[in-house]
Amino acid sequence: MPVVMDADRIARTLTRIAHEIVERNRGVDGLALVGVRTRGVHLARRLARTLREITGQDVPTGALDITLYRDDLMRQSVGPQPLVRKTEIPFSIDDRTILLVDDVLYTGRTTRAALDALIDFGRPLGIQSIVLVDRGHRELPIKADYVGKNLPTSPEESVQVCLEETDDRDEVILQGGAA
Amino acid sequence: MSAPVITHVDETPAVTSLRRKDLLGIADLAPDEIALILDTAEAMKEVGSRPIKKVPALRGKTVVNLFYEPSTRTRTSFEIAEKRLSADTLNIAIASSSVVKGETLADTALNLEAMQPDMIVLRHSSSGACHLLSRICRSGIINAGDGMHEHPTQALLDAFTIRARKKRLAGLKVAIIGDLLHSRVLRSNILLLTKMGADVWVCGPPTLIPTDVMRFGVRATSAVDEAVADADVIMLLRIQLERMEGAFFPSLREYFNVFGMTEARLRRAKPDVILMHPGPMNRGVEIASEVADGPYSVILDQVANGVAVRMAVLYLLAGGVEHETAA
Repeated sequence: MPVVMDADRIARTLTRIAHEIVERNRGVDGLALVGVRTRGVHLARRLARTLREITGQDVPTGALDITLYRDDLMRQSVGPQPLVRKTEIPFSIDDRTILLVDDVLYTGRTTRAALDALIDFGRPLGIQSIVLVDRGHRELPIKADYVGKNLPTSPEESVQVCLEETDDRDEVILQGGAA
Repeated sequence: MSAPVITHVDETPAVTSLRRKDLLGIADLAPDEIALILDTAEAMKEVGSRPIKKVPALRGKTVVNLFYEPSTRTRTSFEIAEKRLSADTLNIAIASSSVVKGETLADTALNLEAMQPDMIVLRHSSSGACHLLSRICRSGIINAGDGMHEHPTQALLDAFTIRARKKRLAGLKVAIIGDLLHSRVLRSNILLLTKMGADVWVCGPPTLIPTDVMRFGVRATSAVDEAVADADVIMLLRIQLERMEGAFFPSLREYFNVFGMTEARLRRAKPDVILMHPGPMNRGVEIASEVADGPYSVILDQVANGVAVRMAVLYLLAGGVEHETAA
């Protein structure tokens, strides 16, 4: 199965995105990173480290679990559910610009759920979306502000982001798609 | 290849859902299901600490709270849990319902079910009432206490409270003291704690110790000091005057003198012991007032945790789609 991004490529991409964040927001004042569980959280932490190296400033970082906001939770009366994990946003999001971080942007439904969840925490000044991979096939009017890689895919394929923190290696893989 | 899948899971948990539509008792639950409920409750507890204490997970679901026995804590706790998950809730107060006109439990349930609720939370004075409903109803049934049988959500919130303080359940010495004979809280707690590997002692007047209690893998004694010695957790049970039809002990005053939890008795336990009570408390009967309000008491934590645990149970029983996540 083809590796579409290797460890070096992922590292360079995150560094580039960090510079774009600083450029677009003229520094990191009033910014906060919120990662969507699971892999978005690791990407958010890496971005926070890089932003610190660039600017010398700490950017508050939180974790968001969107399970309770999904639109497909109750589509079947009995069956396995996604595990609910803890949301940890140890700062006020009021009047900050929130950088919402996820690994893959696909239908846009996760982002929709994340926006609803975030807004229950307060009234941010703005929300910007960061994704490592945009694979297309949007079902909602949502677009990312910072994209690591645009990856044209077919709906039959699957994009797997592996990160050292959870998967022992940094890699983006494109799988399947007999069509 | 089926639908594209991106799995968002940190580590693979033993189970990610309950294998049932009803929660009738702890007896039916496997240890991994108990762990799943407690883990999910951790996430639910965070929802209760937000400025907006509400998530849309059970939007459009209807939950009926059907209480045939008086209850403040449990009914309120379920109702808050349901509302925090955005379910529509309905409370049936038995005093003003057709039950006083002679309708049976089964008929009441079938009539309620004709109105398409998704779940029924039932408290009833007869042991096994929930099992009856689970056989005749399509809705999910949650046992909120049935007679002298079980009170599973109480045992789950007790376990959650212990785990929050002690970081584990296995290997802890838990002493449960009080009216053992009439207690559904005891039965559920014994089942849960022994499944999770705790060392459970039960203690009370010989007249209030069920004859077959040792079958559950616990140790029974009438000597409080023996039960309390080096305990990590002391759980007191209410003397249930309303269920007592015989002379089980001479007087409440004598019960307090022999079994009541006082500072002096508490000192025989571990220095970091926690003291629990499912409520409502009889101050000066099973517990001295200064102990109930003292530093070891986690009684109000139990109440707070009850909401999170019930949210977890409601969410997990409400069902969901196959484990599939679109990014």
